[in-house]
Amino acid sequence: MTTSIISCRGLSKWYSGVHALKNVDLDIAPSEIVGLVGDNGAGKSTLINILAGVHGPDAGEIFFDGKQVTIRNPKEAKKIGIETIHQYNSVVPTMSIARNLFIGREPLKFSIGGIGILDQKQMSEDSVDAIANVDLHLRSPEALVGELSGGQRQGVAIARAMYFKSRVLILDEPTNHLSVKETNKVIDFVKNLKHQGLTGIFISHNMHHVFQSCDRVVAMARGEIVFDRAIAETDLDEVQSYL
Amino acid sequence: MKSFLKKYLQKPEFAGILLLVVLTIVFQTRSGGIFLSPENMRGVLGILPETALIAIGVTILMIGGEFDLSVGSVFALTPMSIALLLGMGMPFPLAMLGGLLIAAAIGLINGTLTLRFEIPSFITTLGMMYVARSLTIVISGGFPPPLSADVPYWLFTAFVGPYGLFRMSFLWFLLIAFVGAAMLSYTNLGNWIRATGGFAEAARSLGVPTRNVKLFSFMLCSVLAGFAGLIQTLRLGSPLPSAGDGMELQAVAAAVIGGTALTGGIGTVLGGIVGAILIRVIDNGMVLTRVDANWFKFAVGGLTILAVIVNTWMRREGQRIKIEEAK
Repeated sequence: MTTSIISCRGLSKWYSGVHALKNVDLDIAPSEIVGLVGDNGAGKSTLINILAGVHGPDAGEIFFDGKQVTIRNPKEAKKIGIETIHQYNSVVPTMSIARNLFIGREPLKFSIGGIGILDQKQMSEDSVDAIANVDLHLRSPEALVGELSGGQRQGVAIARAMYFKSRVLILDEPTNHLSVKETNKVIDFVKNLKHQGLTGIFISHNMHHVFQSCDRVVAMARGEIVFDRAIAETDLDEVQSYL
Repeated sequence: MKSFLKKYLQKPEFAGILLLVVLTIVFQTRSGGIFLSPENMRGVLGILPETALIAIGVTILMIGGEFDLSVGSVFALTPMSIALLLGMGMPFPLAMLGGLLIAAAIGLINGTLTLRFEIPSFITTLGMMYVARSLTIVISGGFPPPLSADVPYWLFTAFVGPYGLFRMSFLWFLLIAFVGAAMLSYTNLGNWIRATGGFAEAARSLGVPTRNVKLFSFMLCSVLAGFAGLIQTLRLGSPLPSAGDGMELQAVAAAVIGGTALTGGIGTVLGGIVGAILIRVIDNGMVLTRVDANWFKFAVGGLTILAVIVNTWMRREGQRIKIEEAK
């Protein structure tokens, strides 16, 4: 058996007296797409916030590629190779696609103390490739993200994760508030992740989306994992009965 | 052709530049050619840096998603502090540095209060507007102190260039405008300011130090206002406790006329400057064309509203061109 890319051991988290995450163990294999489902308050967000570096766990350990890691903030998560895409806060609508791809990680011609001159040539060249890699057909990387549809915006965020060679992509309800057509596009992105060698954690309220795009489904309730099985070995009703 | 049109419709400063060209033609013809004469331009360009420097700072801060209403008071407090430091026998460079540090400190306080207590900067800086104005009057004792004679006035007020068209202050302004515009467009810091103002939550999750970006913008805005105040003081020869009264809203008007969005993320340094030029041009052009000067505020107010309507319309039309083409 191959080493898991992510292993969680005994993760726990309390929020002002509430035990939001109870002793959670989870192993995810490389190139596996895991659907994480559960009701509001089931602990999904707490779990992925810990992996994304938004919050630290109160107890437990995280291993990445078999090595124990501490993820103190989103920047450290990105450095390890864990990128998170949220429905709302992954792109800046008032900026161009090229600029969006590099926010916070701009290529610089030279810099003093972390501040420097942008390498705009590299930005526009690389963004053309990055967008093409996710099969996002846009005419110009100079177009404003605000002009794109919801699905295309998620595409830009996914293109960014791939460009920066993220290994694990956490998609936090990426299909919320999208039209059916746009949703299908995002589901295609998710399906394609494994062909690009990425591991995905796909959080969704919609069980159909999970069954369409994932290899495995993990259900949470009351801060615990209550169900964990390969998609091929289960069906919608069975998962539903655990929630 | 369509993409050409789209490109210009989406430039935030486009409407402002268009208005400037139209007004220049109107004033030039109505004044019988006096408006663009070197003598008149000398006057307009001589005081432009004062408005424009504040507008640059306010524009950058607004792009970063925050407001500063205290710039008019900092405009008065900074030169007043410098005058008092000079009076205590401090040499000019040190006194100037001291004054600008005070301005920076006010920006830092504005930013820290806004971010620490998560209150709108509109409120923080409205309060600071009164606080800094009051401090100016208190430290001056109500009387403007005289400036000592060994101040290097020439460095800011001397006329240079063909026809003596520019004051030295104009060159300072050009330098700062150039650096500011380059910072916003060609550096990662500029990218962070835009991202922070456009969508702070996204910027933060992408690793942008949004807090420090905002603090920097607040301080830059304050320092530029202080520097503008120093320039006016040296031009007039004495620091006035009432200097810069009303400048804060004029700067917001300039930024908005130049296409800066109140919601943050959108705008350019050039736009803010164009807005400032428009305000100065209206002021001067009305006098030349013998319109009652009491109409000045009316014109600036009307222009502000008009510019925002035109900007919003153009942005929408610009986006629509793309959508039609994609089909």
